[in-house]
Amino acid sequence: MNKEDETLLREVIGEDVTSSDSYNIRKNGKLVERKVNPNINIVTKEDNSGIDIYVKENTLFGTVNIPVIITESGLTDVVYNDFHIGKNANIIIVAGCGITNNGHWDARHDGIHRFYLEEGAKVKYIERHCGLGVGDGKRILNPVTEINMKKASYMVMDTTQIKGVDDTIRTTKANLESDATLIVTEKILTSKDQVAKTNFIVELNGENASTHVTSRSVATEKSYQEFVSNVTGNTKSYAHVECDAIIKEEGQVKAVPEIFAKNVEANLVHEAAIGKIAGEQLMKLMSLGLTEKEAEEVIIEGFLK
Amino acid sequence: MLELKNISFTRNNKKILNNINLTLDNDKFYVITGPNGSGKSTLAKIIMGLEKPDTGKIYLNGEDITNKTISERAKLGLGYAFQQPVQFKGITVYDLLKLSTNKKELTKKEACNILSKVGLCAMEYVDREVNKSLSGGELKRIEIATVMAKKPYLAIFDEPEAGIDLWSFQNLTEVFKEISNNSNTTTLVISHQERILNIADEIIIISKGEIEDQGAKEKLFDQIMNPKKCCKGGTPCE
Ligand SMILES: Nc1ncnc2c1ncn2[C@@H]1O[C@H](COP(=O)(O)OP(=O)(O)OP(=O)(O)O)[C@@H](O)[C@H]1O
Ligand SMILES: [Mg+2]
Repeated sequence: MNKEDETLLREVIGEDVTSSDSYNIRKNGKLVERKVNPNINIVTKEDNSGIDIYVKENTLFGTVNIPVIITESGLTDVVYNDFHIGKNANIIIVAGCGITNNGHWDARHDGIHRFYLEEGAKVKYIERHCGLGVGDGKRILNPVTEINMKKASYMVMDTTQIKGVDDTIRTTKANLESDATLIVTEKILTSKDQVAKTNFIVELNGENASTHVTSRSVATEKSYQEFVSNVTGNTKSYAHVECDAIIKEEGQVKAVPEIFAKNVEANLVHEAAIGKIAGEQLMKLMSLGLTEKEAEEVIIEGFLK
Repeated sequence: MLELKNISFTRNNKKILNNINLTLDNDKFYVITGPNGSGKSTLAKIIMGLEKPDTGKIYLNGEDITNKTISERAKLGLGYAFQQPVQFKGITVYDLLKLSTNKKELTKKEACNILSKVGLCAMEYVDREVNKSLSGGELKRIEIATVMAKKPYLAIFDEPEAGIDLWSFQNLTEVFKEISNNSNTTTLVISHQERILNIADEIIIISKGEIEDQGAKEKLFDQIMNPKKCCKGGTPCE
């Protein structure tokens, strides 16, 4: 790894990767460095298509960092990461992908993350995506997240894509058993002619399963975003899906909400709001002495915080 | 000194303000009062630059500011506490106060001091987001605090008492008194409240988009509190 790689890694993980209990760093499709501990094991899959992460039951306050970086133009990297979270374990997982593309060819990463949460397991999953580099080749990211939640498990998923990713299709699928809770927060900022699509497919299968999905997005310049959510309540369950978008210049956002209650006890709510920055918000900040441009920046920064 | 000359504002064929002429001197505390819909807030917005008058001119210390933007007016020392506080997503009370004071290094303690002036038990509020999770009265106080924090040369407060409970309201009048005692600043409060009218140096009565009367508090206060016209049983009596 060189200096540039380290900068990219830091951008993805938000701190020094090696400061956590366990980690697995992948660069251009190959393992660079790995650390495991008695509670958290990371094993390369036999066919080399990815890794399995095993977290022992009752593990408390563990952290795992799984960054992927790509610095070769023209590379397509597909990886399967399977997380097996034992009963009542409580863990923080930070994953993400950074692409530096200084070349002409597209660089692409498709990460497939599968989560298996046993009863009472608690996961905070943070996923960050960013693209850097000056090449005209695209930076493409297509993350797939599959979440299987056993009884009374709990998962918070935070995804952020703020910079420089040209094309992304994000798919998140979840199945929730009884008393399981899934909280998803997604933040996306697109500019230039970037395209970002998000699909949420959640099945609430067990009694009192609940989910809360919040999507905050900003589409500027000529970028396009699509938010599709599809939540099914098969039993007594609760869902709240919120899509909130700011559009600027020629940015476009499409929200397709689908909620399907298959049981009279299912309580599903969808809220979607798309629009430019409210004039009165700009006026208030300008009346405090900010220029219109500064006011816009403050509003967007807060919105995506 | 702020001067408004022949300000008119028409929307949807309705004359909302009709030829307003008004001079506000330094060091004075003005209260504008008048019926709902008479144009008080519109006048405040025109002064701050949130609305552009169709005709007329605005001068600040002799300088024509009619075509200046909101930001430029703010930098010249104007401040306006909105009648309906604006809400934000992801922006905290502390963030707003930092912007108002234009101090990047504003400490939490300083922010708390400002908040306690408007009767908010500060530490509980500094990190709250300025969104719908705050109550109406809380939002209103934060709105007032952002303008006080800015220490404007001309401060306009649009119905600051609205939604604020009686007990806190007493303290708020004290704060306004304090502001009005600061030299070289002008305060303009839009209000329907006796207690605010009572601390005014001058009262301005606006009705149907026109200044109906303007004068020292002593002269106008009684007139407002004991109107000659009343409507007992529907028949006007003199
Ligand atoms: N942009 C606008 N377009 C159309 N009508 C407007 C506009 N702005 C204000 N008005 C109308 O002008 C009138 C005066 O409004 P304004 O808000 O100034 O009243 P106000 O005196 O502040 O009333 P209140 O005491 O209820 O706050 C109202 O009838 C209002 O509906
Ligand atoms: Mg008003």
